[in-house]
Amino acid sequence: MAPQGRQEILEGAMAVAHAVARCRPEVIAAYPITPQTHISEELSTIVADGELQAEFVKVESEFGAASVCLGASAAGARAYTATSSQGLMLMAEVLWNIAGMRLPVVLACANRSVSAPLSIWCDHQDADSIRDCGVIQLHAEDAQEAVDQHVIAFKAAEDRRVLLPVMVNLDGFLLTHVFEPVELPDQALCDAFLGKYEALYKLDPGDPMSFGCFTEPDKCMEGRWMIHDACLRSAAVIEEVSAAFARTFGRNSGGLLEEYKSADADTVLVAKGSICGTIKDVVDELRDKGRRVGLVRIKTFRPFPRDRIVAAVRGAKRITVVEKGGSFGSGGVVTPELKDALYDAGLRIPVSGFCVQLGGREVAPDGIQEIIDRVEKGEQVHYEYFRLKKAILPDLVP
Amino acid sequence: MKPAEAKLKAGRPRLLLPDRTHYCAGCGHGVVHRIIAEVLQEWGIRGQAIGMAPVGCAVLMYQYLDIDACESPHGRTPEVAAGIKRARPDKLVFSYQGDGDLAAIGTNEIIHVANRGEPISVIFVNNAVYGMTGGQMAPTTVPGQKTTTTPKGRSVTAEGYPVRVCELLAALEKPAYLERCVIGSAKEIQRTKNAIKKSFRVQRDLGAFSLVEILSPCPTYWRVPPAKSVKYIETWMEQIFPPGVVKDVTK
Ligand SMILES: Cc1ncc(C[n+]2csc(CCOP(=O)(O)OP(=O)(O)O)c2C)c(N)n1
Repeated sequence: MAPQGRQEILEGAMAVAHAVARCRPEVIAAYPITPQTHISEELSTIVADGELQAEFVKVESEFGAASVCLGASAAGARAYTATSSQGLMLMAEVLWNIAGMRLPVVLACANRSVSAPLSIWCDHQDADSIRDCGVIQLHAEDAQEAVDQHVIAFKAAEDRRVLLPVMVNLDGFLLTHVFEPVELPDQALCDAFLGKYEALYKLDPGDPMSFGCFTEPDKCMEGRWMIHDACLRSAAVIEEVSAAFARTFGRNSGGLLEEYKSADADTVLVAKGSICGTIKDVVDELRDKGRRVGLVRIKTFRPFPRDRIVAAVRGAKRITVVEKGGSFGSGGVVTPELKDALYDAGLRIPVSGFCVQLGGREVAPDGIQEIIDRVEKGEQVHYEYFRLKKAILPDLVP
Repeated sequence: MKPAEAKLKAGRPRLLLPDRTHYCAGCGHGVVHRIIAEVLQEWGIRGQAIGMAPVGCAVLMYQYLDIDACESPHGRTPEVAAGIKRARPDKLVFSYQGDGDLAAIGTNEIIHVANRGEPISVIFVNNAVYGMTGGQMAPTTVPGQKTTTTPKGRSVTAEGYPVRVCELLAALEKPAYLERCVIGSAKEIQRTKNAIKKSFRVQRDLGAFSLVEILSPCPTYWRVPPAKSVKYIETWMEQIFPPGVVKDVTK
């Protein structure tokens, strides 16, 4: 049995900062952005107080932050950054490079809406829109998970079967600014669990090599395939690392999926992030009334856990994805990926996609209940902006 | 002073909307907004002006100033202004930026917009911190100044020296007018207003780039009472950022 630590009431962002410090990154670079800022601010204090021996670089932008992490990681150091929304957008170019150079940088994204219109509140369009660049993406439901997933992130990223950046998503404000009971990973356990980072490849004048070098068409595709392959194979590593984490720290925070009362459910909801807490409450209520409802929570969005999801939902009569994102001009982000997996598995379960909470509009349990009621009455929607206020749309929209 | 003029100065310029702003007590942004409103109103050029709101504490500038306004991604403000000006050269285009927007994330943009001599006016409000995000160190933070990311004070060893934007831009050929002003005494505020007027004139008459840097109080994140913040500018900021004309080709 893993030793039980002490729970403290901590703000989500603060808890993450202290967890990151216990992972002993050697270089941290960040530029402030709401609602991420408390993570990097607290880390700068931890470093200033001498509690963590690290370089904290107060860069001029997220572009700089990601670039410093790229350099530090290429030089063989454990590197960390945190950002949100616009900041993640600005990092995008560098993240492609970090993934392509196979550098195990860890970052947090405090999920926030992307401009314009300007909004500081939570949705998943920031993270979803960098899903294609080779960054592994984890999603936390609560502060404890955000803390633990950081430890898992470093371990999985640095695994030599993976060597890819890992981004821990935690919902802006809903998790970053909320005080919850959290158990921080014990320092000694953390040290033993992660070990010191020993880069497989690093910049070393004694053994010169090039990172991110120019490739001709005869090799570029193979380089891309290696990223894809490593990302796919990281699924098994994430499960392995998560199991080891559970054994060491006594908490089941990692993994690819959580199946919540979904095994015998007729209606299965699929979602990621903190909204799953609300969905679970609704599931519990409906279960009490004898309705067979369940939730499959995506904890790892990249790599997309196709097989695991298919296995988890195959008995359902209907599946409803509740997304805080979407792709303008197409539909959802999670919804089509799920359909793609079901199609290949030969399953024709009706799938509905609901887009909720863009720009932080709250969805309370009654909203989730309404969605469930509608699909259980036989409704099926491709992708709907849930509770869109048609009355406030300008006239030009019919 | 003629009574009508006195009244205008005491009252609220029409272009400054009667909303309550979100600015903290003693913040300089409201004063700078007011100056802009006064100048546009006195010259009767509201219909000519397009303003760029920054990403920073002044992000809601368009809610307080009754003018045509556009947002931009953080720091890209002068490039967006340049785009507007190229498309509508007959308009008076100004960008309003904080020191994070201009001297951190947007350093690239301000240097290249100035170097190309884009005929825009830049109103650069320097409060030595990132105010909007909670008072972190900016490239303009004074050595030794405590911020949320420099709890022991800015160290020049680790973080370098404050970036002096006017002096940096003065090294370029094209900028026509660069002046540093202060939101402090009434006299200094008047000088700021004159500088903004001059910047607009440089744009209109010379078709040239100009920038007015304004040292502006942020009592909240300097952790000093509003009344003392003006003193803070004098004792701390002005040593690093001496007020005055840094470049003026019109002379
Ligand atoms: C790409 C990006 N990174 C970070 C932010 C978060 N952010 C908003 S305002 C700001 C700093 C503003 O400081 P400054 O320009 O000095 O203006 P002030 O608020 O002090 O007036 C930051 C970092 C953002 N909106 N976009």
